[in-house]
Amino acid sequence: MAGHFEPLPGGGAAVALDEVEISILRSLAVQLLELIGPGESQGPDEADPLARLFAEGPSEPPADPALARLFPDAYGDPGAEQDRRERAYASEFRRYTENDLRARKREDALGVVGSLDTLSPAGGGGAVLRLAPEECRRWLGALNDLRLAIGTRLEVREDDDTEELFRLPDEDPRKPMVMAYLWLGGLQETLIEAMTG
Amino acid sequence: MGSVSVAPVEIERPETGESPFAVAEPDVPWVTLVHNDPVNLMSYVTYVFQAYFGYSKDKAHKLMLDVHHKGRATVSSGSREEMERDVQAMHGYGLWATLSQDR
Repeated sequence: MAGHFEPLPGGGAAVALDEVEISILRSLAVQLLELIGPGESQGPDEADPLARLFAEGPSEPPADPALARLFPDAYGDPGAEQDRRERAYASEFRRYTENDLRARKREDALGVVGSLDTLSPAGGGGAVLRLAPEECRRWLGALNDLRLAIGTRLEVREDDDTEELFRLPDEDPRKPMVMAYLWLGGLQETLIEAMTG
Repeated sequence: MGSVSVAPVEIERPETGESPFAVAEPDVPWVTLVHNDPVNLMSYVTYVFQAYFGYSKDKAHKLMLDVHHKGRATVSSGSREEMERDVQAMHGYGLWATLSQDR
């Protein structure tokens, strides 16, 4: 899988994808949507738009490590025990920001699914995806969120861990996920180059 | 017209016992810290610093290297409200950011 973005004249970026790549990307984006979840209050006021507007988010970090990485605490050093003040501030911050953050990440992932669904692979199974500048920003966000989620699952914690993943033997059960992780990294890297170059 | 006393009134402070937590110093600025993580691409971190803070490519690149080599970098400073806004934006981009009082 050797997908890479190229800049489009006048802004935006394009990438050639084959049928398998389209289906993998779509499936990963859908899994990201499922991971992020609906993120709205589940109470009886769910149908009331005004109540939804004022609904507070959670005050505790998500238990799932991948979600906790996507929605980190805003106070306290990573890896260090928070003091009482940091805990209280982090909870308050989360209550007022996490729902918006989830909504933004959902929109980015939905943008990916949406633009993939406009593609109609030709007989050979390939298609060229063309993204407008605004779509590029959504793709960039979603590709990064996907890599954060997969990186957490693969327990990439140190800079050296990625090097190690490159050298996994083919029979390692993590291999397919590693391939996807590295492929997404290439897509993201070339998308940034196309957007800034 | 009654006389108005300008003498300070003695106010008896209620015994509060232990305060729940230390109150933040109002005059000390807050900072936004971005922490190193092995997943975010160097080019992406640089892009975010340019796109969100409007930093030059050189400054953004230098801050990214600080994050990468020193484990974290101070990317902005100001009031607590401003820093919460910056941290929220960094989380939106997927960077690992926290705010703290610079002392």
